[in-house]
Amino acid sequence: MPGVAERLEAKHSGATWLAARKIEYDPNADPVEVCFQRGWTDGLPVTPPTDERVIAMLKGTTRKPDEIIGKIPPNLADCTIEKVAINAVMAGCRPEYMPVLLAAIEAALEPVFTLHGVLATTYFSAPVIIVNGPVAKRIGMNSGINALGQGNRANASIGRALNLIVRNVGGGRPGEADRSTLGAPSKFTLCFAEDESDPAWQPLAQARGMKPGVSAVTLFQGHGPEAFVDQKSRTPEALTTSFAMALVKIGHPKLVQSARAILVLSPEHYAIYKEAGWDRAKIERALHEATIRPGSELVAGADGVGEGVPASRAGEQIPKFHEGCLMVVRAGGAAGLFSAILPGWLAGRNPVELQPVTKEVKT
Amino acid sequence: MNSWLRDPTAETEAVMRARRAPPPSLAGLTVGLFDIGKTRSDEFLNQVEKRLAERGIKSKRFGKPTNAKVATREIVDQVVDQADVVLIGLSD
Repeated sequence: MPGVAERLEAKHSGATWLAARKIEYDPNADPVEVCFQRGWTDGLPVTPPTDERVIAMLKGTTRKPDEIIGKIPPNLADCTIEKVAINAVMAGCRPEYMPVLLAAIEAALEPVFTLHGVLATTYFSAPVIIVNGPVAKRIGMNSGINALGQGNRANASIGRALNLIVRNVGGGRPGEADRSTLGAPSKFTLCFAEDESDPAWQPLAQARGMKPGVSAVTLFQGHGPEAFVDQKSRTPEALTTSFAMALVKIGHPKLVQSARAILVLSPEHYAIYKEAGWDRAKIERALHEATIRPGSELVAGADGVGEGVPASRAGEQIPKFHEGCLMVVRAGGAAGLFSAILPGWLAGRNPVELQPVTKEVKT
Repeated sequence: MNSWLRDPTAETEAVMRARRAPPPSLAGLTVGLFDIGKTRSDEFLNQVEKRLAERGIKSKRFGKPTNAKVATREIVDQVVDQADVVLIGLSD
């Protein structure tokens, strides 16, 4: 429940400065049920967007409520900061999450992110949000135990808010513009912080051009996680080969140069690389090279499987990913020789037109 | 508590337009074949183009470079201006 100040402001100003339409309902009705009935939810209950809560949420940003942050697909509807706040309330955000959410929206609206396509695809993808920098700790995000799972409010609600905005402002609903054949649980939310506890590790946002100390979000078109287990490899070379055996399976073992991927490297697996002096660049390079396979094994029809590359590529040595399309992120609890793969959208076969996007978190 | 909530939507309304009736015949019409940019779309549309030609029906190819992005206004205008009916299909 918002504080006294917001309640008094709503009561005495009548919240007349809020521009969003009032949706009146029977005082005897349950407002949570009203939200379901209006089609505003992702299937889970939402926090009803009352004036008090929306006013409190708007205090999480310095941006004006009537500023238009962009047009949300598929309907390309103008989205104000106030509409963002309303959906943030519904998703369960706290006001201090607003700058991260706003940066995520700005990233999603960059043309190279292709948000319309991510929503409309028959594939499993949705926006995956990775947060770097001091804001992650400041708002209590999880990069440790169960980082990709449930239990942390910021992780859960920021990703959820972005998807609710696509649904409510953009009009993107399953079975309508959202044509996903099966969908994925990550279409509710998949948002986490990178583990930046090791100063020797270059965080993802810095690898993508942000300066040290700057908070940023990176949005990736993906889903997941897919489990990776190797409890026996003890050298970076062995572990890299092992990771490659799992990475080449993304989508299908004979599909190549289509999906990007994120490898979420757990602390115990990272320790193997760190002890050998491998940094981000060396790990990503080695992983890329370890996924190169003979085209003869990948052609359509090989092993009696129809899927595969054209026969004309039989003589090539083919990497699983286009150059630079595999990113490593550190997260996870201290125990467990398990890592995770977040597969990207198959439409990444043209790596120029479809890219992850990194944006600075402002205020 | 107030008995109202703030609308999280764009507060727009969909406009329902009646579908145009399909033409009784394709004779004399130009059939637009629209490639949405998916893998092997061209193979499928090549076959359709061939079949239409065998029946003496004129066709014209349109498309967008990638399935990942929506068609631009210019592309849609081209189709509207240059074709009488259009075939758009999903393929992989």
